[in-house]
Amino acid sequence: MTDSPLLAVDNLRIDIGGGKERHAAVEDVSFSIARGETFGLVGESGCGKSITALSIMGLLRHPLSLGSGSSIVLDGQPIHNASAAEMRSLRGRRIGMIFQEPMTALNPLSPVGRQIAEMFVLHMGMGWKEATERAVDSLRQVRVPSPERRVHDYPHQLSGGMRQRVMIAIALACSPDMLIADEPTTALDVTVQAEIVDLMRDLCAEKGTAILMISHDLGLVAQVCRRVAVMYAGRIVEQRASAEVFKDPRHPYTRGLLASLPRLGARSQHGRQRLNEISGVVPAVSAFPRGCRFNPRCGARTDICTIEDPQTTPLDGGQGLVRCHHA
Amino acid sequence: MLTVLVRRLLNVVPTLVAVIALVFLLFSVLPGSFISGMNEDGRGLVDPAVMERMRKEMGLDDPLHERFAKYIAKTFVGDFGVSFRTREPVTKLIGDRLWPSLKLVLASMLFAIVIGVPLGFIAALKPGSVTDTTSMVVAISGLSLPKFWLGLMLMYLFALQLKILPSFGYGDGGLTHLTLPAIALGVSPMALLARTTRAAVLEVLNADFVRTARSKGMSEPRVVTWHVMRNALVLVITTIGLQFGSLMGQAVVVEKLFAWPGVGSLLVDSVFQRDIPAVQGCILLIVLFFLAINTLIDLAYVTIDPRIRYA
Amino acid sequence: MKWGTNLWVGGGLVGVSILVGVFADVIQLADPVTSANLMNAEIPPGREFPFGTDAQGRDIYSRIVHGARISLTVGLVSQIANSIIGVTLGLTAGYWGGWWDDFVSGLTNLMLAIPSLIFALAIMAILGPGLVSLLIALGLTNWSYSCRIARAQVLSLKSQGYIQAARILGYGDLRIMFTQLLPNMLGPLIVMATLGMGGAILAEAALSFLGLGIRPPYPSWGSMLSDAREQINTAPWLSVFPGLAIFLTVLGLNLLGDGLRDILDPQSKERTA
Repeated sequence: MTDSPLLAVDNLRIDIGGGKERHAAVEDVSFSIARGETFGLVGESGCGKSITALSIMGLLRHPLSLGSGSSIVLDGQPIHNASAAEMRSLRGRRIGMIFQEPMTALNPLSPVGRQIAEMFVLHMGMGWKEATERAVDSLRQVRVPSPERRVHDYPHQLSGGMRQRVMIAIALACSPDMLIADEPTTALDVTVQAEIVDLMRDLCAEKGTAILMISHDLGLVAQVCRRVAVMYAGRIVEQRASAEVFKDPRHPYTRGLLASLPRLGARSQHGRQRLNEISGVVPAVSAFPRGCRFNPRCGARTDICTIEDPQTTPLDGGQGLVRCHHA
Repeated sequence: MLTVLVRRLLNVVPTLVAVIALVFLLFSVLPGSFISGMNEDGRGLVDPAVMERMRKEMGLDDPLHERFAKYIAKTFVGDFGVSFRTREPVTKLIGDRLWPSLKLVLASMLFAIVIGVPLGFIAALKPGSVTDTTSMVVAISGLSLPKFWLGLMLMYLFALQLKILPSFGYGDGGLTHLTLPAIALGVSPMALLARTTRAAVLEVLNADFVRTARSKGMSEPRVVTWHVMRNALVLVITTIGLQFGSLMGQAVVVEKLFAWPGVGSLLVDSVFQRDIPAVQGCILLIVLFFLAINTLIDLAYVTIDPRIRYA
Repeated sequence: MKWGTNLWVGGGLVGVSILVGVFADVIQLADPVTSANLMNAEIPPGREFPFGTDAQGRDIYSRIVHGARISLTVGLVSQIANSIIGVTLGLTAGYWGGWWDDFVSGLTNLMLAIPSLIFALAIMAILGPGLVSLLIALGLTNWSYSCRIARAQVLSLKSQGYIQAARILGYGDLRIMFTQLLPNMLGPLIVMATLGMGGAILAEAALSFLGLGIRPPYPSWGSMLSDAREQINTAPWLSVFPGLAIFLTVLGLNLLGDGLRDILDPQSKERTA
């Protein structure tokens, strides 16, 4: 990568609450995404991956706030301190976003065509008539059958998969540089999941749009993304090319996630053992343990893990990193 | 639209029949039966000949089920009987009072909506702010005020001290006479609407689709006008309907205080004059108004919320 | 932050009303009924009569203090009656379902369609004025909200498998209803009852104002206002103080209800948080 990256997140911290009650929900998170690249953020719910996405969109709302020292740079331009108006012009036009629950993410009282058309009205200065015509094209692009009829439908008249297609149409309407997809298939039927993932990948490849995909499903992310960052308790614990992660996971948490994936011909005995390793729950933000944050659930824990916070160790010739005393 | 109307009307009929039955039974069966008890509680003696005539007129000596059947049949064709006091048909008596009543109720509701809804909206857009706290203090105070006392105080201030508005009466039915009773009646629905609107807007502002709207790069005023208002309205409109519908009943005290010639004051006067057919007629009308308003609200729903149209 | 204030201010106002009602005989300055003395008629508020006197020369302050007793009794007793009726109907309707549920729902719709003040007024017209009639009229006419809440709560607990589990343990219907279900819905019901008490006090005042409630000379706030109306121009204090008493008591109950809702009914807190 000789070009400057499309998105560079550096030393990101997200605070929850304020004053004495302030805690860092996300801390020391850095990653970058190149133009057209696909990058995944993986972790259990509550690990901070969704609010990381919201911070890039500038959509953190009380009680969440961006910590000082955090830097988010989009295409060479710092956006962590951008004004509300500047962020507005970026959102939708340069970064699109898809949410998990397509039923509630769409306004139930507005026809889906209008909800797509809004993008053209907002960012391309079109009138409603022209924008609605463009919305039909958008629906066709996301492979919604008979789009001329469907533009007038309300969300409740569409299936979950169709609704998520509408969300994709909205997010990609202005051909943004980047698409953030927060658990885009979690709420869908398994059979529909693959279609949606394929659609997203094809369209983004066509438009040269980079993808930041957020999911709890390491398998899905590895399938879509070239590179993966695994988050645990507000920090990135391992960040590498997807292929390397599968071949040789270095962090015990990553190994646990991998082992919990249903795989054909898996080393069952090994697998069961690793599932045990990952018992317990993600600690609350206000009660992160001392030392390595994973230590209470870690099977490879030693004394140092409960005392000292591990630093990152470079891997794969500087292309990857891991945060573990024993990696 | 039509099917909703029909379905709704089918739902209303049993309630209506039950109300008619209740109104009939209350005044025909309960101890004292209103007429025979007339001389006992010392509210004015009635000539035995008059009582006999009343008994006969009402058919009080017929078997109960026959009287009931007759009453239901007559009520359904809009015959509420003849007033004991004025010897006029109750429908005419009520008819004369209907327009003043409607005028008062509409004016109050207009006041409640025009003030209450924006107040709740502004409060919700800046939760925790001084504006929010102030509006909610105003709202809860409005809910705690006795209407007739508020009316009395308004009367004292604007009519007797400042002398800018008439203190009571219908006058020519114009705005000057309408203002004070309408405010006195409208403050509590206004307060309730402010609270409901605030809660509704806060709920909608937290909805996922509002986050989607923001992720599209929409400015906050646009988010509100394009995506929040209609959704909040759907939540508020039930409250509007219930308040509006019950307002004619709530108006009783205000009408009495301001000597407003509406159905409410007719009801109170008729109670004191033991004019049973008139009392029954007034109550039925008040209930009918409630049912009619809420049917209209249901229809309004259909036009606002597409989910219902296809349900 | 603001909601804590609700609870304390509301609780304080209600507490003061209760204390005043309970110790009315102690803190009165004169007998509220028999102290009539035309020599003292319509004296404005001053040192001797803090809230002034009425047309019969009775001390308004003492009458208001005794009025607290009546208002609170009416509010409390009628609300308890409403709660018992509403909870019993709602609980059984939600639990048993079937025709009984249909019947109760129909009854609830009926009650909602008749404005409760009008219903109470009709009952008062039949029973005649007085405290007992008032308690009956207000105690029978405002249970639909408690009923709806109870029914909805039962249905939601039912869907969580609560009842199934208790049945498997061999519990009888009544035992399940009163030991398993009722405790789980007390929060919203207490909130409802607090707000309902305020409504009952307002209704009592309105009926007494119309001359259909507490009969003079007994000092109900509403009947005091009814008397005072005639003298609004010459003796406005007669109207101001009873009205303020109603307002502050009901305001206290409403604030308390809101405050309790934040504690006891966290679901609705989430909705408005």
